[in-house]
Amino acid sequence: MRIGLDIGSTTIKCIVLDDNFNVIYQTYERHYAHIKENIIKALKKVKEQNIIKGEVYLAMSGSAGMGIASGAEIPFVQEVYATRVCASKFLKDASCIIELGGEDAKILFLENGLEVRMNGTCAGGTGAFIDQMATLLNVTVDELNNLASKHEKIYNIASRCGVFAKTDVQPLLNQGAAKSDVAASILKAVVNQTIGGLTQGREIKGNVIYLGGPLTFLDQLRASFDESLHLKGFLPKNSLYFVAIGAALCSDALHPLDYFIERLSSYKTEGNYRYYPPLFKDEKELEEFRMRHAKDRVEIKSLDHYDKPVYLGIDSGSTTLKFILIDDEYNVRYVKYMSNEGNPVSLMKDALIELYEKYPYVNIKGAASTGYGEELMINAFSLDGGLVETMAHFIAAKHFMPDVSFVIDIGGQDIKCFKIDDGIISDIFLNEACSSGCGSFLQTFASALGYKMEDFAKIGLLAKKPVDLGSRCTVFMNSSVKQAQKDGATIDNISAGLSISVVKNALYKVIRVTDKHSLGKKVVVQGGTFLNEAVLRAFEKELDLEVVCPNIAGVMGAFGAAMHAKKLHLTQSNILKLDDLKNFKHQIKTYTCGLCNNKCSLTLNTFQNNKSFISGNRCERPLAKKVTGDEYNIYSYVQNILSSYKPIEGKRDIDIAIPLVLNMYELYPFWFSFFTSLGMRVHHSGFSNAKLYLEGQTTIPSDTACFPAKLVHGHIHKLVKQGYKIIFYPCMSYNIDEQKGDNHYNCPIVAYYPETIKNNVDEIQNITFIKDYISLNDEKVFIDKMYNMINKKITKVTKKEIKIATKNAFIAYKEHLSSIRTRGQDIIDRARKNHKPIIILAGRPYHVDPGINHGIDKLIVGMDVACLNEESISHLVAKFKTNVMNQWTYHARLYAAAKYIAQFEDMNLIQLVSFGCGLDAITSDETRLLLESEGKIYTQIKIDEITNLGAVKIRLRSLLEALKERGEKDEK
Amino acid sequence: MKNEKEREDYLLDICDFTPEMKKTHTILVPAMLEFHFKLLEAALNSLGYKTEILTNNDTHVVTTGLRYVHNDTCYPALCVIGQFIEALKVRNDLDKVALIITQTGGGCRATNYVPLLRKALKKAGFQNIPIIVLNLGNLRESRGIKLNLKFLSKLVAAITYGDTLMYLHNKTRTYEVTPGSAYALVNKWIDKLGNLIRQNKGTKKSYLKKYLPQIVDDFNNLPIKLKPAPKVGIVGEIYVKYSPIGNNHLEEFLVSNGAEINVPGLFGFALYCLQNSIYDYGYYGGKHIKLRITNILINYLEKRELLIIKALKDSKFTSFTPFKEMKDYSKGIIKHGAKMGEGWLLTAEMIELIDSGFSNIVLTQPFGCLPNHICGKGVMKKIKSLHNDANIVAIDYDSSASKVNQENRIKLMLAIARENIEK
Repeated sequence: MRIGLDIGSTTIKCIVLDDNFNVIYQTYERHYAHIKENIIKALKKVKEQNIIKGEVYLAMSGSAGMGIASGAEIPFVQEVYATRVCASKFLKDASCIIELGGEDAKILFLENGLEVRMNGTCAGGTGAFIDQMATLLNVTVDELNNLASKHEKIYNIASRCGVFAKTDVQPLLNQGAAKSDVAASILKAVVNQTIGGLTQGREIKGNVIYLGGPLTFLDQLRASFDESLHLKGFLPKNSLYFVAIGAALCSDALHPLDYFIERLSSYKTEGNYRYYPPLFKDEKELEEFRMRHAKDRVEIKSLDHYDKPVYLGIDSGSTTLKFILIDDEYNVRYVKYMSNEGNPVSLMKDALIELYEKYPYVNIKGAASTGYGEELMINAFSLDGGLVETMAHFIAAKHFMPDVSFVIDIGGQDIKCFKIDDGIISDIFLNEACSSGCGSFLQTFASALGYKMEDFAKIGLLAKKPVDLGSRCTVFMNSSVKQAQKDGATIDNISAGLSISVVKNALYKVIRVTDKHSLGKKVVVQGGTFLNEAVLRAFEKELDLEVVCPNIAGVMGAFGAAMHAKKLHLTQSNILKLDDLKNFKHQIKTYTCGLCNNKCSLTLNTFQNNKSFISGNRCERPLAKKVTGDEYNIYSYVQNILSSYKPIEGKRDIDIAIPLVLNMYELYPFWFSFFTSLGMRVHHSGFSNAKLYLEGQTTIPSDTACFPAKLVHGHIHKLVKQGYKIIFYPCMSYNIDEQKGDNHYNCPIVAYYPETIKNNVDEIQNITFIKDYISLNDEKVFIDKMYNMINKKITKVTKKEIKIATKNAFIAYKEHLSSIRTRGQDIIDRARKNHKPIIILAGRPYHVDPGINHGIDKLIVGMDVACLNEESISHLVAKFKTNVMNQWTYHARLYAAAKYIAQFEDMNLIQLVSFGCGLDAITSDETRLLLESEGKIYTQIKIDEITNLGAVKIRLRSLLEALKERGEKDEK
Repeated sequence: MKNEKEREDYLLDICDFTPEMKKTHTILVPAMLEFHFKLLEAALNSLGYKTEILTNNDTHVVTTGLRYVHNDTCYPALCVIGQFIEALKVRNDLDKVALIITQTGGGCRATNYVPLLRKALKKAGFQNIPIIVLNLGNLRESRGIKLNLKFLSKLVAAITYGDTLMYLHNKTRTYEVTPGSAYALVNKWIDKLGNLIRQNKGTKKSYLKKYLPQIVDDFNNLPIKLKPAPKVGIVGEIYVKYSPIGNNHLEEFLVSNGAEINVPGLFGFALYCLQNSIYDYGYYGGKHIKLRITNILINYLEKRELLIIKALKDSKFTSFTPFKEMKDYSKGIIKHGAKMGEGWLLTAEMIELIDSGFSNIVLTQPFGCLPNHICGKGVMKKIKSLHNDANIVAIDYDSSASKVNQENRIKLMLAIARENIEK
């Protein structure tokens, strides 16, 4: 007989096979991190069954079992290998296995030699991801599955990793998208992530087998896979136990069952993980800490019989809805804190009705909102005003500490921090999509480990050896926790370690503090997460500073909004009254905007009196408020130029297709003119969109490459599908030398991505794919090169023709650049004439692609600000010394743009940074330095496939708000 | 308000290591290749430089790196800078130490290591520590150490011995009868060669011709017991490929799991850097005189490499493919124009390994390493289609990439490798 154990990240699976390899017993239990105890328990249960006669073969598998197996000297089988062993024994005709586990996604190709794909360190988990998303929707995983079966439409949710998806899902919920649609979209994201991240060019076909928990339990997930793969996959018997069965089959250790139990029991985990000093030495220290923090408070008074003026503040956050009433003395008269359950409007309605009914005499003199749902709330309930959440938090913090130097707010989904100099916000830090482990992150871990959030945090307070889990995003943290468990860390130490990690994440990933003192001495911490004493303590210890944490830390945004409402000095608030609320209607309709290339997924909220509010939009067009102009937007100018290129008939009946990607955004005019001169028709692949990306994603070999690079696959696919026989996409180590830096390289991705296409996209085998190494810096070398290349690969041309074409191409390139620069100057002049501020949205030429910039340019222009790019002004500065190797042409422009605008009051720069861009780690520091050394605010926006602009909006508004205040202060 | 003045403080051009410091200052060397660096140290000592190879490799190195270097920067930069700063923190002779760092140049962000180090030093309050920049590919651009033929020949000799010892150590450590005997033998030779080098001996061709066969002979006589072992090659970004800090002690892990490992030597990388100037000339034109000097250097290094191969010929150990041939192994997969980071060399090394029986490969790379998207992960599919037996696992290294995950993947690779042995 044989026993197999599969110790996964969350569960233990145990099976017993008889001598004919039939499964005669199986168990499936969550282990809640108590791995050793639960393995022993599982084995003892086997023993109780009295099915084991004599000696038994036993082996373990699963990533969480690796350490224990080697420690207890029990055979260990790698889990993918175990799956394979089991599959080849029982499923002889399987061609491909898709296995999703708690945190792993794997694809095994069984034909033509085994090929295995496992998710990379960045791609995040799948089972855990679905758990997280279910928590977000406030449903169980089963309910999520049921919801998905009723979906009508699928939203595009970033399929890269859990954290990214979350930033997409949250706003969808807040905008009122139907839960069933969101549920189905979440499952589809898992499918896309698995297919996109793991197939890496190999097609999934033939007999496909589904394995693992999520695929076993969720029929809708299987259906979603079937749909995307265009086939019908098969869920075999024992689909949960393949790893365990494989382990059992592999074992060569034959002993009595008691022997194995004994080995496990005598195995002591060493507890030699990395750890921090305890948060509190003892109870006494904890008590002193509590006493000290009890001082920072506002009074919370009763609203009973209180008919004097009160002011209402609403903070409609990403996961929660908070509202508060304050009186003229800033005492809190009423406070409510709700989980928004994806439907903030109806929650708010009920809450208001409750308020009115309980306190009919309530005398609201002003009402304002803040947070993600700010505008939705204003429109739904006729509030008197709203303000961007950073400002709300700032004014609230000032109430507790008038000379505050730094505010940090860790909420459910986001971290917001800002620095204050001279009473004005001088620097804003928001967490980028990749480091969002925050409050909800702790919560997810708590429930994964079987605890309630409040209890979970408390058990860590007096832990002796808090685990050092590093300071990375949620996905990495999952693995770190797994490792700590393996090393024998107990639950209290893991809890404390997670709290410390949240703090480190905020300090070192978001704010990137290197000097503790740079935050100043006056720090106010807020956000619900800080009500967790372990987090608060960890923060103070890390900074070596006593900070202020108000008793209303969780509702500071709402408090700030209420203060704002009070400042409006109204005689009466416009907010809906009880009668209005009773007739309150709220209908949600979703549709896709067709007014431009961005194809925003819009949500139309209709209220009583047919008042409506649209969300999900990037620009103002669907609102029809005003058509803000392209006359202030260099991005749309360049887009228009690129769209206007149409193939021209020439003397040669040859089509040259060029993918509109990366450096082609700048060089297209060059190559267009070059090949047109030779009498060929030149075509490009157009701008990117989600569909194009998804269609190319199966051939992407490296899931951590930047999004603009991954898009190339979609463009090539599109061109091949359109039937073009020649695709021209050259490798270019060097860019054009603009004499601005120490060298003129392209980044490695821009330089060599054609090689990746050649090696990974099978479709191009049947066409001419030209990826020669070309440089534009030496005309003579270029002419020779092109002459040989074209004669060899395309058609016969003469040297003279090439020379003329080259001349024309360079002219076209220069004209293209100069037209952008002229237009840039026009915009500057126009903006100054009309007193509009100017923002340089600085990135690289390919950020012009609306599929990459997601319409941030339109968002900026929609805020009544002119929008330029780096290349439209970089020529205005002479070469200067930077603190880094200024060796990439595109980045040299970035530095030049930063240097240039630093001279002007009305100009500011926002750097667009692609997730996964290694160069931007260097360029962003330098750009920040260039700007801050001239007293400018540095703002960075990280972009990826994410299409939601909520966080971007906050950042932009905060920046504009800070600039405005700065301007006002200067005038005084 | 910060001004121009402050910014100039750490401009990268300033090399502040002056000739006078040679006498007074101890040069701190970050750890990467244990054997090579000990010999390199001896070479520097023989020229009158005082050196110290850093041995601190606890977790503080990475934590400190995280604090002082932009977290999205490559992991190697984080490790090296973290190691420097950790070392400086505990010294009380700060006015008497200098740092040495290598620079590869090219379009990779690694070219920015020096500015990154300067920034970090400034943040940590060590802005006055002088830095020596050693450029492996283009020695003329090295700053701080006077470069002459004498130094160059010593440097190349150190690499020659280092590559030999590393190769033989890896050939024997898995099979040694007495645990630790292969390592002990390496150290015996490092002591001996180190002493010779310090006495200005050992680095000339005649010495190499004398000692290389002796080294090979010693390993040839080391008692080993052969067993079926998965043959695993390690390739990747140079630092994480070689440095145990960078790769979570990958070599040790593989050997303890019964594998025979093969880590391509430093000659390949040095020659690759030089060779790229030749290819550049072909692609982009340039000055012919520069080409001639490079050719002389390449020729010189290739001859030294051949000495190793010759010495191996008379032993029981299989040899490796000389760079001269190996450089063309990437043909048909990736062009020689792909020269950033490890570029085409990475691909060529993988093919060389597969050809010599090491078809199981760990492809190491720092998380988000740009060139490796193309020359590493980007060519796996192609290699697999050309070599059916290729069993490559790509591992990302990063400050919080979990060791469990990494080892789990490697174990899968090993399981498949073992199965292939049985076939």
